[in-house]
Amino acid sequence: MDFLGGFLILRDGGELDRSIFRFVWRFSVKETVLVCLLVAVAQVFYYVTLNLPKNIMNQGIEGRGMSYPTEVLGLFQFDQIGYLLWLCGLFFLAVLVNGGLKQYINSLKGKLGERLLRRLRYALVERILRFPVPHFRKVSSGELIPMVTAEVEQVGGFMGDAYVHPLMQAAMLLTIATFLFVQNPIMGLAAISLYPFQAYIVPKLQKRVKALGKERIKAVRKVSERIGETVGGIQEVRTAGTAAWERADYAERFGTIFRIRFDIYQRKSLVKFINNFLNQCAPLLFYSIGGYLVIRGELTLGALVAALTAHKDMTAPWKELLDYYQAAQDAQQKYEQVVEQFRPEAMLPAALQDLPAEPAPGLSGPIVLSGVGVQEDAQTKLLESISLTIDPGARVALAGPAGGGREALAMALARLHIVSGGSIKIGGRDLARLPDAHIGASLGYVGPAAYHFSASVRENLVYGLRQRPVVAPDARDPARARWLAEAARAGNLDLDVNDEWIDYARAGAADAAAFDAIAARLLEKVDLAEDVFVFGLRGRIDPKSKPAVAEAILAARAAFRRRLAGPDADPALKGLVEPFDPAAYNENATVAENLLFGTPLDPAFETDALSGQPDFLAVLRARGLEEVFVEMGRKVAEIMVELFADLPAGHEFFERFSFIAADDLSVYQAILARTAPGPDGAPSAVVGEDRARMLGLPLKLVNARHRLGLIDAAFKARVLEARAAFAGAKATQGKIAFFDPDAYNAAASIQDNILFGRVAYGQAKAQATVAKAMRDLLDTMGLRERIFEVGLEFQVGVGGARLSPAQRQKLALARALAKRPDVLVLNDAFAAIDPAGQWRALEGTLAAAGSATVIASMGDSRMAEKFARTIVLADGRVAQDGDFAGLAAADGPFKETLSG
Amino acid sequence: MSIKEETDALKRIPLFAKLDSAKLKLLAFMSQRLSFDPGQAVFAQGDSGDAAYIVLEGEAVVSIDTPGGPIEIARLLKNEIVGEIAILCDVPRTAHVRASGTAPLVCLKIEKDDFMALVNEFPSMGVEIMRELARRIVRSNAQLRQAMAAKSA
Repeated sequence: MDFLGGFLILRDGGELDRSIFRFVWRFSVKETVLVCLLVAVAQVFYYVTLNLPKNIMNQGIEGRGMSYPTEVLGLFQFDQIGYLLWLCGLFFLAVLVNGGLKQYINSLKGKLGERLLRRLRYALVERILRFPVPHFRKVSSGELIPMVTAEVEQVGGFMGDAYVHPLMQAAMLLTIATFLFVQNPIMGLAAISLYPFQAYIVPKLQKRVKALGKERIKAVRKVSERIGETVGGIQEVRTAGTAAWERADYAERFGTIFRIRFDIYQRKSLVKFINNFLNQCAPLLFYSIGGYLVIRGELTLGALVAALTAHKDMTAPWKELLDYYQAAQDAQQKYEQVVEQFRPEAMLPAALQDLPAEPAPGLSGPIVLSGVGVQEDAQTKLLESISLTIDPGARVALAGPAGGGREALAMALARLHIVSGGSIKIGGRDLARLPDAHIGASLGYVGPAAYHFSASVRENLVYGLRQRPVVAPDARDPARARWLAEAARAGNLDLDVNDEWIDYARAGAADAAAFDAIAARLLEKVDLAEDVFVFGLRGRIDPKSKPAVAEAILAARAAFRRRLAGPDADPALKGLVEPFDPAAYNENATVAENLLFGTPLDPAFETDALSGQPDFLAVLRARGLEEVFVEMGRKVAEIMVELFADLPAGHEFFERFSFIAADDLSVYQAILARTAPGPDGAPSAVVGEDRARMLGLPLKLVNARHRLGLIDAAFKARVLEARAAFAGAKATQGKIAFFDPDAYNAAASIQDNILFGRVAYGQAKAQATVAKAMRDLLDTMGLRERIFEVGLEFQVGVGGARLSPAQRQKLALARALAKRPDVLVLNDAFAAIDPAGQWRALEGTLAAAGSATVIASMGDSRMAEKFARTIVLADGRVAQDGDFAGLAAADGPFKETLSG
Repeated sequence: MSIKEETDALKRIPLFAKLDSAKLKLLAFMSQRLSFDPGQAVFAQGDSGDAAYIVLEGEAVVSIDTPGGPIEIARLLKNEIVGEIAILCDVPRTAHVRASGTAPLVCLKIEKDDFMALVNEFPSMGVEIMRELARRIVRSNAQLRQAMAAKSA
């Protein structure tokens, strides 16, 4: 972390250079220089490995110019064999050092490349965070995601190689060439004679490949866009019946890509061919020229062999260099294409996302707009010269026709639109110059379609409190410190995401536990508390981590039981609940539930899978129930076929009422036909796979609900026997959470744990009466808060998908209020809520906002009644400004929106 | 009581009498069997009509609110249907219906949406119902004529 002028600099990855080489150079000078030095050192040893074979041949084996025994370094005496081994030992050593250095250089290079990839990805994401908000209308996440993930990945592999690889290969090439020249200048010339030709022709061929590469990327991007369109417009495509046209369009595009790709392939393979051909021609020169020289005695055979070996070694780096050249072109292109997408106009200056060293000063004071203009693009003006003053703590409604400027003004106040003219000052501070973190800490904003992160309700509530880490640990674990240091080396932010970031103090809470009470109050205000309570009732807890809650729920179960029957029974609940009794068949539960008498933990024991579960079948068989089930299944199938055979497949009734899916109905019909009673009246046996199908049907039967008249007292008695066998069977332990009147069932919801039974079918208004009785009980037992806390753990799903649109808006309101903002900006925040709820949420929000300045853009002008001041915007200008009563009476746009 | 008996009960109701028994069985299977304690309301005047009820056991009284207090206008016995107008057209309940007597009232509740879906699927059902409604009109026209004749006489 760097502090500069009081600002904590969030590493922004720097400017994105247009050239990948400049990007790599800028962030890897030191490493690159180090690698260069190592490469140079490695060449010495490499040269030795080239030169030694010659000595081994000439001196060691042929003994030319040597007299044995010979002395080495004045220390050892060697005979010829000994000397040969000595030279071999030296050779081995040189190979070892050369290999070791190479390995080390490669590892350095790898680290360098991975760091650069990390830096590039971080820089891209950092830019996404700073994109001007309107830009997101032009780019889709479908375009951005592959760029940051897949496209950059390919570039990343190259970045480590960008300088080091060609350097290494060139150095090797140079070393070999030097060696050859030292042996014999003519040989040297022969070896490199063909390279200039290659060096000339390859870039020529490559140029065209480069152009084609660009075309390819564009064509593929276009296809991604079209796929996005097809997916988005699938209903139009289907209803317009244009599948053929769409297919033809895709065929055309894929044809273009095919042409480009094949063209590239051919050109690349031509380059390869030329290379290979020329490389294979070179030995020809060696054999002819070298052979000639050896015969003439101007060259030793050892030198020729060494030269041949050296040249063979030469083809590898040369090939690498050519491959590198192609890869470099490719990478540069991809890099360019990605980076171009990440330089939109009017990005938020990077400095505004830096973390200021001092805590947020707040946004109290009057809001003064002077001559504010907002432009969507050069032509479209959303706001024009707006000048206003809003007093601190004021309640201001922004009204007017949709698109008249009220939305744009709300967004400008939250800096989601950057003003193109004039200024917005809050308490004397220019909004355009405030860091994001300061605005985020003191300004709440809720838009028309609030987003929620895939986490719990609680996590989403505290999202507005996470501007900076609030408590850093006194001593950081060394491994963690190294982890963060590595982040800094790759230009990533080195703040620890695992530290405590939630500023509970801002919400007015001492700690996480105290926050729950505040959350409860806020959710109550925005009319979401009841929903969260219901989430809690449907939620599950782990009794091991929350023993007190589990205990309390068990107490509630017992108390609820007393209300159902006995001296204190509540007459209104009579017969509405059938509790789970280990010794009795439950008429309101399925046959499967009656058999298992527990909640499945293993999916193999879910009702739909049960008929194929071997342990389950074993118990049925042992109790002689298998045949009973198959026969009962046959009867169920008969009824289902009779009831549903005339309905078209896909009719909603199948989903809602049938035991057999529409697609399977014919299968069951066939089985019934196969096993139809013969002339003697006895049905033939159901065999093979048909058995599992039939056996599965009765499992879903609820006697009280389906009233098929198939379940009699004898059957119930046998099910109870099987139930006992199940509970005792080894195979079911740990796979089913059995219903135990005295134990908390972790696999079932809190609601089911209290109820510990089934609401009876056939009793008028049973569900509502039972639900109300349960709530009353929880209230009197003081358990509401506990269950509410479980509700706060409810996972809202991706984008809040598990919440209704109204719930999402209400949660967003609570989130904006949780940070106790100085300014609260609401932009059509209530529109998604049902009419009655809108007013409750509005009133609750205004009450909870306390002394904050509240500015709300609203489509429903009647709601402006709750605000002291109403500003009417039309055509991007202030049309009217006054109190509700006055504006409602006066002729003008406000009156029109009221009546409309 | 099983679905078979409920199908028989449906059969005895003129509105459904001509429908083939497979469809009636499906209707019975989809419908909920509900029990009301004596005195418990089945529905109240002014409620939106979402279902028709067929009495399987027990009895119910039908009453309407008047300025002078509620007046009982009819009693429903076994195999009688109530609220059928509501599942054919969107009108609020025109009367109160509550369980009476000493034994619980057991009804078959036919949801409007399910019923309409069934009619949409099997147009012959719709034709049968049209016939029954037409018969009712003929009957009330005849009653009206009689009443007019009695008045003018």
